[in-house]
Amino acid sequence: MDKQEINTEHSHGYGIYVLVWLGLLTLTGLTVAVAGINIGGFTVATALIIASVKAYLVLIIFMHLRSESKMFRVFVLVALFFLVISFILLFSDYSFQ
Amino acid sequence: MSTNLQAHTENHVHRDDIGARLGMWLFLFTELILFGGMFIVYSVYRFTHQQEFHLAAQELNTIIGTFNTIILLTSSLTMAASIVAIQRSKRSLSIFFQMLTILLALFFMVNKYFEWTAKFHHGIYPGSETLLNENAGQILFFGLYYVMTGLHALHVIVGIIMIAVMMRFTSRGIVKHDNYVKLENTGLYWHLVDIIWIFLFPLFYLIT
Repeated sequence: MDKQEINTEHSHGYGIYVLVWLGLLTLTGLTVAVAGINIGGFTVATALIIASVKAYLVLIIFMHLRSESKMFRVFVLVALFFLVISFILLFSDYSFQ
Repeated sequence: MSTNLQAHTENHVHRDDIGARLGMWLFLFTELILFGGMFIVYSVYRFTHQQEFHLAAQELNTIIGTFNTIILLTSSLTMAASIVAIQRSKRSLSIFFQMLTILLALFFMVNKYFEWTAKFHHGIYPGSETLLNENAGQILFFGLYYVMTGLHALHVIVGIIMIAVMMRFTSRGIVKHDNYVKLENTGLYWHLVDIIWIFLFPLFYLIT
């Protein structure tokens, strides 16, 4: 194991980044297009689902979570879990007032 | 881990790249809570003032919003590319990509400037006559709009400064092919700024 190998664990080529970028642009186009259609309560849900897919792509590829150790992914999941908990608890209160 | 330690002792350098990145992630979680709290406030007021939010959002320029989304996504690509370049020992190329990232970020800020000044000219800013005559929902919408996109813009400015420092580090050889965790952490910060915008964009610009 030489010094070189410590740092090469994160190497992706340019290709994967360009692909993800194209994917993100496509999803942006999709979310703008879908916003024009009135599908009632599903409009917000669709926008949030598309935004979550985009955020997932950025986290996994651009932010290297794919090649980080499992510990990093667990940390991120725990952080997101608590954010989601705050939303769920809040709306379980607000929805029934 | 053991191979890392081995490499460390061999080279007599005290370095912990994984620890450095983990530290950055912990900082990003505090950012998540900062913005998360604001998204919670947004979601409650949107829930209680649905119609007003829809009306208010029509004032926003979807084209500028979409354009800024594309700019930020592209800047994330150039940021990631600058790391690949430094991994491959291509210093000038890495500096070039970092410079592109800064230019795109500045472009984003210029758009933001025009967007905000246009709003000001229409008399829409916190505490303005026009806005105070509107209903509560519209006042809340624009209050949240200015606070959330304003805080995000502040993060973009901090990001620009960080990347500028990294450009200097790269040119002076402090960031190099076998030691680039500083650039990686700056990248993590920059991508988080991108992720926040990914959520801000549909929630403010696309709810008409």
